[in-house]
Amino acid sequence: MNPNDYLILSAVLFSIGVLGFLLRRSALVAFMSIELMLNATNLAMVAFSNVNGNLDGQIGAFFVMVVAAAEVVVGLAIIVTIFRTRRSASVDNANLLKF
Amino acid sequence: MAHDERRRRFFAYLNLFITAMLLLVLADNYLVLFFGWEGVGLASYLLIGFWQQRNSAAVAAKKAFVVNRVGDIGLNLAIFTMLFQFGSSAFVDVNDNAASLGHGWATLIGFFLLLAACGKSAQVPLQSWLLDAMEGPTPVSALIHAATMVTAGVYLIVRSHAIFAQTPAATLAVAIVGTVTLLFGAWIGTAKDDIKKVLAGSTMSQIGYMMLAAGLGPLGAAFAIFHLLTHGFFKANMFLGAGSVMHGMNDDVNMRHYGALRRAMPATFLTFAMGYLAIIGFPFTAGYYSKDHIIEAAFTRSWVLGLLAMIGAGVTAFYMTRLMVMTYAGHKRWLEGVHPHESPSVMTVPLWILAALSLVGGLLLNDWIGGWLAPATGAEVEHAGLLHVSVIGLVTLLLVAVGVFLGWWFFRDEIPATAPASRSPFTIAGRHDLYGDAFNEAVFMRPGQVLVNGVDRFDSGVIDGSVMGSASIVAGASTVVRRVQNGYVRSYGLTMVLGTVLVGLVLILGQMG
Repeated sequence: MNPNDYLILSAVLFSIGVLGFLLRRSALVAFMSIELMLNATNLAMVAFSNVNGNLDGQIGAFFVMVVAAAEVVVGLAIIVTIFRTRRSASVDNANLLKF
Repeated sequence: MAHDERRRRFFAYLNLFITAMLLLVLADNYLVLFFGWEGVGLASYLLIGFWQQRNSAAVAAKKAFVVNRVGDIGLNLAIFTMLFQFGSSAFVDVNDNAASLGHGWATLIGFFLLLAACGKSAQVPLQSWLLDAMEGPTPVSALIHAATMVTAGVYLIVRSHAIFAQTPAATLAVAIVGTVTLLFGAWIGTAKDDIKKVLAGSTMSQIGYMMLAAGLGPLGAAFAIFHLLTHGFFKANMFLGAGSVMHGMNDDVNMRHYGALRRAMPATFLTFAMGYLAIIGFPFTAGYYSKDHIIEAAFTRSWVLGLLAMIGAGVTAFYMTRLMVMTYAGHKRWLEGVHPHESPSVMTVPLWILAALSLVGGLLLNDWIGGWLAPATGAEVEHAGLLHVSVIGLVTLLLVAVGVFLGWWFFRDEIPATAPASRSPFTIAGRHDLYGDAFNEAVFMRPGQVLVNGVDRFDSGVIDGSVMGSASIVAGASTVVRRVQNGYVRSYGLTMVLGTVLVGLVLILGQMG
């Protein structure tokens, strides 16, 4: 097994996530992009775990999943609330918190 | 007073005063004495300004308070010095250890105590507040500004005799201050038309006698307290008598509007006359014993002090006679609508009691007070008998007689309703309280104002300027920087990505380098 392939895949996925977050306006898409970035890091950690021959990376991946699940709960609730009040899920419309 | 809405407050203040005065006198420790000292000062302030709706009363109260604070600094410093030198401020410790005190320290404490006494007892140079203090109700003038509080300074000096025994310089200063004040007070008393201000000048003068006696060391300390007591009798009597006269004259205090009151107010006249005899030192009255003792003791110290005290006695006789003649003798010069009447017995009975004590107080106290006070004044004084006659006493009596005659001679005729303009510098100075206020204003107030204005300008210009300037720089910079926070989540995200890339680059380049 060559870990480089996994790391390249991980980097590609992370870059897609970053670009998706920066370029798309929909809050849901932005949210999915964040999940994509998290999973890219998970993939990298699992790959390193395999290379090193211990379970530290896999445990780290589990922690990231738990945090991601919690984040989804809170984040989706916020998005739903924003949509209810503003009739829009665009992140550019929710820009009141500023200077 | 009976119709005053704030009568309850008046009596509450009086009780506060009496509490503080008792604390002052009963204290066994300078620190506790200081507490009472401040208490009487506060009560004095409240009572002088009792008619606070009158601007002059409010100003007089403030003046008394401020001038008294100057004296209090002296007492504070004296107590600090005692604590530093003795480790205690109890009278017992101070008296026991005073003998081992260095000469310089004793002089320092002595002058601090003298400053304190000057403030409280209205001695030169802190005399200016007492005349204005007459703005208060007359019973207050009688109790506080004649009989008790203003004599606290004398009490302090006498009580600190152990310190003053170590320092001839401070003792002499006390005697000089007393002599100067007794002449100043008498001078002011001769020039005033306000009956209460005449009595206030007289009070200053009599306290000057007490200070002089206290400055004579163990020789005169007992006489200072003796005169303090007899002065309390006759001056309180005369102040209350003046209050009774004012009560009959619709609160008019100008003696030029009085005249011929002896028939209208016989009881007030008789009691006032007894106080008058006592203060001029008529033989066998209270003042005769206490004041003559002081004059004689002053002669044993120095003939200058003695002579000046003797002249003071003559001037006292002059201005008190002037007061008597202008108030009770001569023709009616009453203003229209004034119908003098004798005061009710609630006012005359205290007058009779005090008048009786003014007459016999000296006889009662003369033979034993010196010995009785010996533990407190540090030395037994020689008792002069009741019928003691000396050359000095006779000369003093002669001067008093001259003063009485002149007082009668100048004011026996018609007295104009307004004070005639005078070109005599003595009279003009006396009418202006010897320029005490002008002196304070020129020497302390004006430079103080200049200093305060300068400090204020420095504060608002330099200190405030630097603080406000740095604040506005920060505020200006943040106005520019805060534009970054534009509310768009994606721009924050971009910033984060750029930051992460930057950190990553630094790390990688660091590894490679």
